Amino acid sequence: MTDVLIVNAGPGDPVSQHTRELLGAARRLADATRGRVHAAVLASGPDGGGDALIAHGADTLWRLNHPLLQQPQADCWVSGLCQAMPLIGPQVILLADDALGKEVGPRLAARLGAGILTEVIAVATEGEAVLLHRPMYGGRTVAILEATRFPVVATVKPRAIPPAAEQVGRTGEQRSVPLSLDPTLIRVSVRERVAEEVRGARLETARVVVSGGRGLKGAEPFQQLQELAQILKGAVGASRAATDAGWVPASWQVGQTGKTVSPELYIAIGISGATQHLAGMSGAKAIVAINTDPDAPIFKMAHLGVVGDFKAVLPAFIAKCRDLLQG
Amino acid sequence: MNIVVCIKQIIDPEIPAEQFRLDPATRRQIRGGLSLVVSAYDQNAVEVALQLRERGGGTVTALCLGERGALGAVKTALGMSVDAGVLVSDPVLLEVEAFGVAHVLARAVQKLGAVDLVLTGCVSGDTGRKIMAPLLAEELGWGCVTFATRVQVQDGRALVRRIVDDGYEMVEGALPLVLSILSDDTNVPRYSKLKDIMAAAKKQVPTWTAADLGVEPARVEAAAARLRLRDMQIPHRESRCELVAGDTPPEQGARLAERLRALKLI
Repeated sequence: MTDVLIVNAGPGDPVSQHTRELLGAARRLADATRGRVHAAVLASGPDGGGDALIAHGADTLWRLNHPLLQQPQADCWVSGLCQAMPLIGPQVILLADDALGKEVGPRLAARLGAGILTEVIAVATEGEAVLLHRPMYGGRTVAILEATRFPVVATVKPRAIPPAAEQVGRTGEQRSVPLSLDPTLIRVSVRERVAEEVRGARLETARVVVSGGRGLKGAEPFQQLQELAQILKGAVGASRAATDAGWVPASWQVGQTGKTVSPELYIAIGISGATQHLAGMSGAKAIVAINTDPDAPIFKMAHLGVVGDFKAVLPAFIAKCRDLLQG
Repeated sequence: MNIVVCIKQIIDPEIPAEQFRLDPATRRQIRGGLSLVVSAYDQNAVEVALQLRERGGGTVTALCLGERGALGAVKTALGMSVDAGVLVSDPVLLEVEAFGVAHVLARAVQKLGAVDLVLTGCVSGDTGRKIMAPLLAEELGWGCVTFATRVQVQDGRALVRRIVDDGYEMVEGALPLVLSILSDDTNVPRYSKLKDIMAAAKKQVPTWTAADLGVEPARVEAAAARLRLRDMQIPHRESRCELVAGDTPPEQGARLAERLRALKLI
């Protein structure tokens, strides 16, 4: 009997796509083992809402209410979740693999004596065994690991797991966890948050990603990529070479140290295809490469390619895209 | 200020696909003739440490857990002008899960004395995991900031630019702290100067064993592993790339768009 807890950032209403994916994984795991699905909602403020989490498969909604949980701060979240564990008692804990999850997951696991696996792309059961799938070696392989003890903590990549469907009228229970949190817990504080301009889709969830690399030789050509992304209703990404050069914000990076994306279409422009970049986009269904070097490693991964200078190729490509989609 | 940078020696990951081979028995990568390097991300961490030393004084120590040959990684860091290096090497520490590694590294940091900052690369160059800094922070009982690109230290406090999903945060906390370092245009690793490389060759690097550090055997033995590798699959990749033809680059561009439309990708 495997009980699964998903951790939801925010009040729980509306339910994000990523949370629906976590619930999908949790529901399938629980159903296969006659377990329960729990959803922890970390927020401050009055109870209310959260029905959407139950409609998407949560059997019990746990409200962790405390003013110190209002902002996503790892020290407080780890402590709050630890306090809730004896009440909830799950075997598997799933978090979103985002900036917060990447820190909270390992630290929570350390405190619970639990295993931790991040960047998980699949969760499965085999009898009582829980198996977690994760890309390794820069995406060249997929490792399948089994938890040797419980609980086990996993952070799950977006767009990897089929989301739970909504069942209108589904019922579940709602409970509160009394928390004891103190400001002295906070070791690091956020003094300022700067959202970098993202027009259109977010990289992690975009259906189409247009990325630029070293071959662009500067910041200005990224404006063409923005134009293309807008026409294709996608997001703009960049290789590590481009972000290290300061041409675009660091949060635009696709790669091992940046975002992992799994769009339907990935267009790599002026990107040679270093292993650490491929690690970030190997989940793409269709890969297109535009590069002057026919021997660039990216062409080994790409399904469609143009060997040529983007400066000469791109304007016509963009114009034709606009024609075909908007004409 | 005393800064420790955790570095790892790994098989060079930037190799063509054909050169990547898995050992069917261990399901790990076979080194073969491939070169060993200091993880690129750890080098960014070294660079941040060196810049902090330049601004505020102090010492930078490279700490490496690995096989005997990982001494080369420590020498590379010394060649970047790191002040001192330590290698932790022991047969009982060859196959240790991340929690055990964090325990060992934390013991080494504690043995090094009064340390103000521990830096790691934001991702492990071979496993691709981004967990060492948070685990180290838990072992040491320190605060932690991950994906830090820029660090300033003043009056015992650090101000850190941290990259998050949609931008960045300015995060502040009291030392000591564990930071994982993400690359950006301010921390590109410097080239090693010849004089530093030559000095590194002569520098003494102590090797510490598990016993030297008082490592708890229960933390590093095989049974301590909380996850077990069941299988390693190599996804099949269709390696044929259709190159779009055209008499001119603009023609290729237009044809590419048409092809994508025909494939219903746009």
